[in-house]
Formats: sequence, C-alpha cells, structure tokens
Amino acid sequence: MSDCRRQWNREDELPVYLAKPISTGPSQRHKSHGMFSSVEGAYDSKTIAFDQYAVGRKENRSSRSSSRERIVDEDFEAYEISGGTFTSSPGERDDGRPGVKITDQTEKECGYEHNNGKSERLLIKGGRVVNDDQSQYADVYVEDGIIKQVGENLIVPGGVKVIEANGCLVIPGGIDVNTCLHKPYLGTPPVDDFYQGTKAALAGGTTMIIDHVTPQPGESLLEAFEKWQEVADKKSCCDYSLHVDIPHWHEGVKEELEQLVQEKGINSFQVYMAYKGLFQMPDSQLYEAFSFLKELGAVVLVHAENGDLIAQEQSKILGMGITGPEGHPLSRPEELEAEAVFRAITLGNRVNCPVYITKVMSKSAADTVATARKKGSVVFGEPITASLATDGSHYWSKNWAKAAAYVTSPPLSPDPTTPDHLHSLLSCGDLQVVGSGHCAYSTSQKAIGKDNFTLIPEGTNGVEERMGFVWDKAVAMGKMDENQFVAVTSTNAAKIFNLYPRKGRIAVGSDADIVIWDPDKIKTITAKAQQSALEYNIFEGMECHGGPVYVVSQGRIVFEEGKLQVQQGTGRFISRKPFPDVAYLRIKYRNKMMSKQGVSRGMYDGPVYDVPATPKYITPAPSAKTSPTTHQPPPIRNLHQSNFSLSGAQIDDNIPRRSGHRIVAPPGGRSNITSLGC
Amino acid sequence: EQTMSYQGKKNIPKITSERLLIKGGRIVNDDQSFYADIYMEDGVIKQIGDNLIVPGGVKTIEADGKMVIPGGIDIHTHLQMPFRGTSTVDDFSQGTKAALAGGTTMIVDHVIPEPGSSLVEAFERWREWADEKVCCDYSLHVDITHLNDSVKQEVLSLIKEKGVNSFQVYMAFKDLYQMSNSELYEIFTFLGEHGGIAQVHAENGEIIAEEQARMLEMGITGPEGHVLSRPEELEAEAVFRAVTIASQTNCPLYVTRVMSKSAADIILQARKKGNVVFGEPITASLGTDGTHYWSKNWAKAASFVTSPPLSPDPTTPDYLNTLLASGDLSVVGSAHCTFSVAQKAIGKDDFTQIPEGVNGAEERMSVIWDKAVVTGKMDENMFVAVTSTNAAKILNLYPRKGRIAVGSDSDLVIWDTDATRTITAKTHHSAAEYNVFEGMELRGAPMLVICQGKIVLEDGNLHATAGTGRFIPCSPFPDFTYKRIKARKQLAILKAVPRGMYDGPVSEFSPMSRGGTPSASTRTSPTKAPLRNLHQSGFTLSGPEEAPIRPAGRRIVVPPGGRSNIISLS
Repeated sequence: MSDCRRQWNREDELPVYLAKPISTGPSQRHKSHGMFSSVEGAYDSKTIAFDQYAVGRKENRSSRSSSRERIVDEDFEAYEISGGTFTSSPGERDDGRPGVKITDQTEKECGYEHNNGKSERLLIKGGRVVNDDQSQYADVYVEDGIIKQVGENLIVPGGVKVIEANGCLVIPGGIDVNTCLHKPYLGTPPVDDFYQGTKAALAGGTTMIIDHVTPQPGESLLEAFEKWQEVADKKSCCDYSLHVDIPHWHEGVKEELEQLVQEKGINSFQVYMAYKGLFQMPDSQLYEAFSFLKELGAVVLVHAENGDLIAQEQSKILGMGITGPEGHPLSRPEELEAEAVFRAITLGNRVNCPVYITKVMSKSAADTVATARKKGSVVFGEPITASLATDGSHYWSKNWAKAAAYVTSPPLSPDPTTPDHLHSLLSCGDLQVVGSGHCAYSTSQKAIGKDNFTLIPEGTNGVEERMGFVWDKAVAMGKMDENQFVAVTSTNAAKIFNLYPRKGRIAVGSDADIVIWDPDKIKTITAKAQQSALEYNIFEGMECHGGPVYVVSQGRIVFEEGKLQVQQGTGRFISRKPFPDVAYLRIKYRNKMMSKQGVSRGMYDGPVYDVPATPKYITPAPSAKTSPTTHQPPPIRNLHQSNFSLSGAQIDDNIPRRSGHRIVAPPGGRSNITSLGC
Repeated sequence: EQTMSYQGKKNIPKITSERLLIKGGRIVNDDQSFYADIYMEDGVIKQIGDNLIVPGGVKTIEADGKMVIPGGIDIHTHLQMPFRGTSTVDDFSQGTKAALAGGTTMIVDHVIPEPGSSLVEAFERWREWADEKVCCDYSLHVDITHLNDSVKQEVLSLIKEKGVNSFQVYMAFKDLYQMSNSELYEIFTFLGEHGGIAQVHAENGEIIAEEQARMLEMGITGPEGHVLSRPEELEAEAVFRAVTIASQTNCPLYVTRVMSKSAADIILQARKKGNVVFGEPITASLGTDGTHYWSKNWAKAASFVTSPPLSPDPTTPDYLNTLLASGDLSVVGSAHCTFSVAQKAIGKDDFTQIPEGVNGAEERMSVIWDKAVVTGKMDENMFVAVTSTNAAKILNLYPRKGRIAVGSDSDLVIWDTDATRTITAKTHHSAAEYNVFEGMELRGAPMLVICQGKIVLEDGNLHATAGTGRFIPCSPFPDFTYKRIKARKQLAILKAVPRGMYDGPVSEFSPMSRGGTPSASTRTSPTKAPLRNLHQSGFTLSGPEEAPIRPAGRRIVVPPGGRSNIISLS
C-alpha cells in the first residue's frame, strides 16, 4: 500500500495496487507549475482511500472508511498532550477472533512464589518463532529476563505464566537505532522524553532504543554522555544504548572518544556533513575523525547532506520571500543528500572504515548506498519510519502546523514514489536497518520557526509506528519475507552495533525481549491514540496492518492487548564493545591488503631544474614554517626520510626543501637511470 | 599521392590570400559525409560542391577520395605556462606546431592567474605571449584561482569585453587554487547568470592532502605516490559534487580531464538524469594508463605525472573511448603541458613537488582514430564531433570553426586513414624529452593541414609561421550549452505557499544555545514587522547569514477567542 495517492488527482487514479517484488510505483505526477512550485490546494485535507489499494481486504471497506473520516474531522485540540495515560490502541481486531490469550498457572500450581516484577517466568506457547535466518514453530520459555529454552514440549517449572500465541509470530523485540529523546532545541527539550518515548517504542513492538547524545559544540562529550545516561536511567522503560554525536573535531575529542569506547561501552559516533557553522566538519576533519574512529573500532554514523550548499540555498530561498516549511525541502534538495552520501562513502573507502548513513530519505541517496555496496564498500543505510511511510508533499500544506510537523533533515522527498523504492531496497538488503529518527517537538516549539523555516526544530515521530509500517508496506505487499522483517527491524541493528546475539535473536541465552506479532492486526494511526505527547502525527489517518499483541521486555509483559504496563527507570544501559564483526571483519582483512609499497629505484642523478628560493607561482604561505634542518640535503636519497606528519598537508608543502641547485650534468655523462626506455 | 597544379600560371596569389581548391575529397562533418570540392579564399570557405567555378591562379589539391575534415580543436592546452619561475618547454610556437602536425588547427589555452592577482591582467599577459608566437588560431579559458567581489567584476568584463566564455575552477590543490563548496556555488551561480561555462578540475583536494601526507610518511616519495595519493574515487567524488552544485545553480558544467572510469560513469549518469554536463577525456587518458608510475626509470615515471592521474586500471582507455563513441563524453582535449626531465626532477625526492603535465597535442587525433574509429567503436562523423565540432559548439565558435561549410574558416585537414606512424620523442614536434605514448603505433594521420587557408603541413613538412594565429573571441550563452539552461530558469521559479498567519502558541526558547540552524553572525532586523511579509528578508546572496531570531523569550500564549483554524488538523 502506498500513501502517494492524492484526492486532487482523481482523474488519473491508479488501478488497484498490485503486490509485486519491485514495484515501480505510480508514474510520477507533474506538479503543474514546474519542478518546485506548489499546487494550489493540492495537499489540503488529504484523505487516503486505503481500501481501494488494499489487496484482498475489500470486505472491510465501508466500516473502516467511515471511522477514518471521523478521525480526520476531529480538531486537534481534542487530543492535545494527554500526559502519561495508558490509552489502548483503537485498531483492535474487529472480527472477534480470540487471538492470543494469557493464562496464569499460579493458582493451580501452588507453592511457587510469584513475584510480579523482576523474575517473571513466562512460557510462550504455540507461536512461530521467527528469526532473521529461519522460522520454526516452537515454544519459548523465559526466566529472569533471559530466554532459557526454545523448542517443543518444554519441561518448565510450575507457576509459569503462559501466553498462547495461537500461531502468531514470535519475533525478537525491535531495536530502534535512531531516537532523540533528550535532544534540546534552543534550550527546550523534546516533548517525548525517555519515559514518553520508550513507552511509545514498546507500544509499537520496539524493546530497545539507541538514543543520540548531542553535545553542543565546545561541550565535553563525556559530560554530555553522563547527563544522557542519568536522565535515561531514571526514565527509560526499556533497555537502551547511546550513540554520541561529535559536534566539533579537535585534538581534545580524541581522548574522550577513547574513554567512551573503552570505558563507557559506546561504539558508534555520529558526525555531521550539514549544519554549517555549527556541527559541520570539512572533509579533512572527517578524514581525521574516520581514521581515528576506525582505530578505535567504532562505527561512524554520518548525517549526510552538503551543508555548504544548504546554507547557500537557504539564504537564496529566504531572499525570495519563501519563509514557510516548503522552504525546508526546497533548500535541501535530495541531490545534496546523495552528494554527501557519495562523499562519505569515498572517505570511508579511503580510510577503510565502516560508514553508517543515518536517515536515508531519498531514492538517489539510497541508490548511492546500494551502488557502493555492490562495489564492496562497507556501508550501511538506515531509512527511517517517515521516509518509508510518507513523503514530502505535505510541506506544501496550507496548514502551517501540519507542514512544520514534517520538518526533519534530510527532508522527506517530495517524490511520492520514494517510500516504495526504499522498501524495495530494504527488502533486497541494500538498505539494512530501519530507525525512527524519532525527535518530537510540539507545535509551539516548531512555531519558533514560524517566520523562518530554518529555525523550525527538526524531527518527526515514528518510534511507535516503525515496525508496523515496515510490515504494512513491505511484508504485506510481498516485497519482504518475515525473516527479513526481523532482520531490518532488529537483528541487523544488533549485529552492526555489537549487541548480537544478546539482542536481535530468539535463542537460548538471549535477552527476553520478545514480541508476539499479529500480521492481521489493523490500526489507524492517529495522534489521539498514540503514546507520544505530540499534537501531530505525520502518519495521521494512515491504516497499518500488522502490529504487536504482546510485548515482553526484560522478561516482563509490558504491552498486552493494547494496554501498556511500564515502569519508569526499568530500562538498563546496554554497553557495546568496539569492532563489531559485521562491520569490521572485512575492514581487518583489507587493512592487511592495503599496505602500500614504494618502488625501489636507483637514485635520480640527472639534471634538476634550479628552483628560485622565492617561488613565483606558488601562493604566499600564511605561515612560513620551514624546518631549519631541511637546508642541508642528505647526500643519499633516503626513502624513509620525510618531513611530513599525519596532521595534514602543510601549507608550505610546495616550497622546495632545497634551493640553489643548478642543472648539472654529472661527470661522465648521464647514467642510464634517466635514459629512454622501460 | 595528391598532386598540385596551378590552373592559371599568371595569377599566382600572395601567400596572405591564398586561393585553394580541394578536389575529389570526401567531406566529413559531424552530421554527414559527402563527396564535394571545396574552394577557399582569404582563409574562408567560399564554395562547396561539384564542378565549382573558380577564378584562375588557384592552387588545386587532389584529395583522391580521402577524408576532408574540419581541423581539430584542442580545447585544453597549457603552452608557455609559468611554473616556479620557469615555464613549460613547449611555448606557443612549439606547442602550436606540434598541434598542427597532428591535425589540430586551433587551440584553447588556459590562463592561470596567480591567486590574488588580477584575472584581466593575466589574460592580457597570455594574449601578449600568444600573439607573438602562436602559429594557429587560439582562444583562452581563464582559471579562477581565488574569489572575491573584484574577481566577479573581472569575470564579467572578460565575458563582455574580452571574448572569454569559459572559466575553470579547482576542487583540488588545497591552499593554492582549491575552492570551497560555497565558493563554487557562488561562481557557478554567477557564471550561470552571465552565460559562462564552468569548467572544473574535479578532485577532492582535502582528502588528497591527507593522503599525500600519509604516503610521504610511509616513505613513498617516488611518482607512484602521486597516483596512490590521488585514487580515482576522489576524482569521481569531486565530479559528483560538481554536478550537484551545477545542477543546483543551473549552470552548464564542463569537467576537464576525465581520467578514470568511475569519473566518466558519474558524468554518464548525470547526463542521463538530464544535467547539462560535458566530460573531456584527454589524449593521455584515452591512449595510455597509469601503470607506468611504477616504472623503475624515475624520469619515465615522472613524465606521466598529471592530475587527476592516469588510472592504473589498464582497461580505462578502452572504456573511455567507448563512452566517447556513445556521446556520453563530449570532447577530447590534450591537456598538453610539457616539462623537461630536469623540471620534473624538482620533485625527485618528493612526488608532490613534481610539476604536473603530459604531452598529447600532436597525438590527440591519431590516438582517437586508432583507439576508437579503427576498432569500430566510433564512426568518422563522431570522430569529427569529438575532435572538433563539439568543442566549437561548447565554446560558441560554431559554425565558424568545427565545420566544413560555406562561410566557415578554412581550417581543414585531409586525413589519411591508412597512414601508420610510431610515436617517439625523437621525431615528435614537442620539446619534451619524453613522450608518454613512446613506441605506440598509431593508425590514421593528417596528410595535409590547412590553417587559415594556408597549407601548413604537406608531405610531412611543417610550414608554420609564429605569430600568424589570431585570437578568436568566444561570446557568452552558447546555444549548445545554454538552451536547456534558459528553459529551466523559467521553470525553476520557486513560490511560497500562501498561508494565514500562524497564531498559535510559540514555545519559549533561549537564543543562546542553538541547535540545527546555520549561523554566522547574530544580525537582528531592527524593524520587527507585526504582519508577516513574504517579501521581507534579512538575507542576501553573498553568503549564509544568521536569520533574525526575533521573539526571544516569548511565552506560550493562547490567543483570545480561542485558536483559529490555521493550526487545526488538515
């Protein structure tokens, strides 16, 4: 199912969307006034007739479309920040099938002390255990937050809570590798903090998040990390880990990075190619950062957009009087994303360092990742919920608040065929991991940029909807199988960030983060019923097939039949070791291969042109740094002699080390080293 | 084989206004080939056809069915290029002689102003040097080696008054010529507005600087370090970036020196997507490869040093010839820039000091004939297109140059498809001691070259006169490059969405700690308009400025009378 149908284009409405492995999607519509101009009223009141495109689900049409209309007509005031109430999902099964059931054996099997907290014993019966490599019918027995047994006819102690899965999928809990639950914007924190955000995650079947620590330039990375950890320890409802963003590259950062990797259990760091004058690093700094992080065995996350060009485009577009949210995608066209992805991969190849592209938002960026992987680059691409489920046409909405809700960077592509293309690449393995990029700012926070789109805080929701939309748009459409679904929502993330097999797999010894997934569950996304504190949900009104029935986190049932039972501060910080195999095995081999050797030649003894001491056609060097020893040329050419250090090319590289050599023909004529021939 | 006779013995014309008749040749233009005679007078083609009526005293050349093609245009040379107080060994006389000997009747040389100096002055200096010595017509590209407002003024006067329409910028040579992305954006925007062509030396200079330092630290100081520190990825990366910037600024892009498969592929893909981009492989990248950098002979290895380097992948020339034949690469230059062994030896202990440049002006046309036409990749019309016509079109010299037609300049070549010659430094016309094509046997060579209506090459003898070449001005907005650009300019007008004023609550925020916005200086607009004015903006095109953060410390306020529907859903 694709959300790219618009009411405004009834005349070329497409036929029923057919499930096929790689769909080219609908032919792109022309926006009638040229490439970028908006169409009057084109995007208002988009109601999406999902049923028309649903395959094999026509029987539900009438009932669902009426319920959708009701939701769409609601004023958003009605469900403004609802606090921490546990609301159940409205998308419950309407056929009344019993589905999944829990029976508590405590009463029957007496004598066992049941502790309703830490050491819950659980037996999941009759489900199909789906890992990334295979699926099998098996029961799963959980004790003390660890999976103890997987198989049929398990022998389990008494006092065990039994979940009847009734043939539903039993999958490893999702891992959301990209959230920003504590990233402040101009001093204001996002409305979804670690409590609110992890609640939303759990409600969507995600049992672990990796949040971004975002220090301000000049701030200590370690201090920022500790601040994040403190907040998360207090509030998080599920296990979590942290990426640390490097806002600014300098020598002092190196020590902190080393400490973070070796003592704090961090193995992934984000660098920025955008946000000029703030986080952006030039290529030479990126090269140094990549080189250093590679030595530490860390995964380099890259925010890939060309910040220089964005800055130019932003001032151009503001100069044209475009100040609304549509200026955001106009100033950040997808080419700039693809360009930066290409450059990041080039840097990664040169340094021989694994590169992980966060937020793949456009077809061209995804294609660049796919092409590089075909050439053998160690690169990973992460589309996010928003890029997989919706598109950037909403930036042209007449409703400012709605348009602003979509503002994130890189922006959603205005090309409506993008989600379909990204799902295809995700299904074939060219993109590996789905994050959410969940970073929730309220409308009043977004309104900081009401007169200037560059000030709109960036971020969309998606932590709760993440797994549902991958199922709905990839698995239900026949692009992806259930094993690949587990891979992209959980296992690959665990592998890349070295959490595997503790996380991302249902196996004996793994953490008991388990989701019982009902492929037939239908849910209509609406801000009213979501866990997030946001007033707007960018997926508002979309229908999603597939969702969790039960969520088990750390061995405890935290989500059950639409009800959350979570406790703040129960999430643990999961530390991660450097050198994850999936990223670094190839790197290690290539390191051995890549050692380069010079050609051993005889000494060049021919004439040398006399270079004047003050070269005319070389720029005046800002700092005339000349080594005092270089004026004494060594009598014999020493292949190992060099005045260079790794700290970068010096400004005076071009100044000859010696001056005043005349062209001299050696006595006895020229030796054959300079003669013609091979 | 071709014979010459004077029809009227009485009226032997002066050399300055030679009258020539080429009989029995097959005229090959980029679009078609046909048999016809050509009559020239005063350096201009006057008549084309059969049984021409020509005045007496005309020198007749019997072409005997051989190909008559427009003289080659070498769109990329560095003759008499200053380098550290010396200059390349081929000056405008030596270099244009070599060009004529290879069938090239026009060159376009690069003016390289010293960073910080005046572009116009450098241009005048080059004009002086060239006018004194050049043996064939020429034009000039001007390289932009630094950027400030006066540079823009100079570029404008070069376009409007001096007859220059192409400007090269550098993405490599860090701290010397290299431009940042924002500077490239500014230049491209400016050139796009004024009808110039942005030429780009595409290599990522930042990474090269890092790699060079690494190589030297590893003890690699020989010419192999040059290619090891400039892998082809860095070329492809820069091409990709240049294409992106050009596409953003809607400016035609010309990539000089396409040396690798991956760079050529990027151009191909960009062209498929509709970008206005032209790729120029050079003689060296079409005729040889980068394996020679590992030669044990230092002087030989050094003679191959050019940037971007020749690719060590030996399948590169074949691949580039294929793309040239298919039209994905547009034009062939020589990048002829020759240094003596002694000059190259400046870098004998440090490859980064080796002056860069290879020969190729003389071999250019034969290399393409041998590698592309003889092998069946390319037909003779395409051969004319890539050696001459496309260059003339890109620089707005067409149809004066690059075509055999009535009214065109009489620069033409009788091409002998059967001739075979072996390239060697002993017999080439360049002053360089090394030839990077040494020992190569090439099929196809000019039999007779006519430049400005005069026979300059005949029976292997060159009769070129220094100082006879003219400067040919190039006017802006060439159709070939700008037709599409102009159409897109009209389409790409961006419009704001007309919305009501947002009147909902605005979060309180501290302007001190910023997140996620570009910033440079905190410039606050003094007049705070109460109504949102779509046309009001504190921004200028001169670079990123801080957007005025106006309502510092505003509280969340619910407007009286409740919320208006502007913020309600849908």
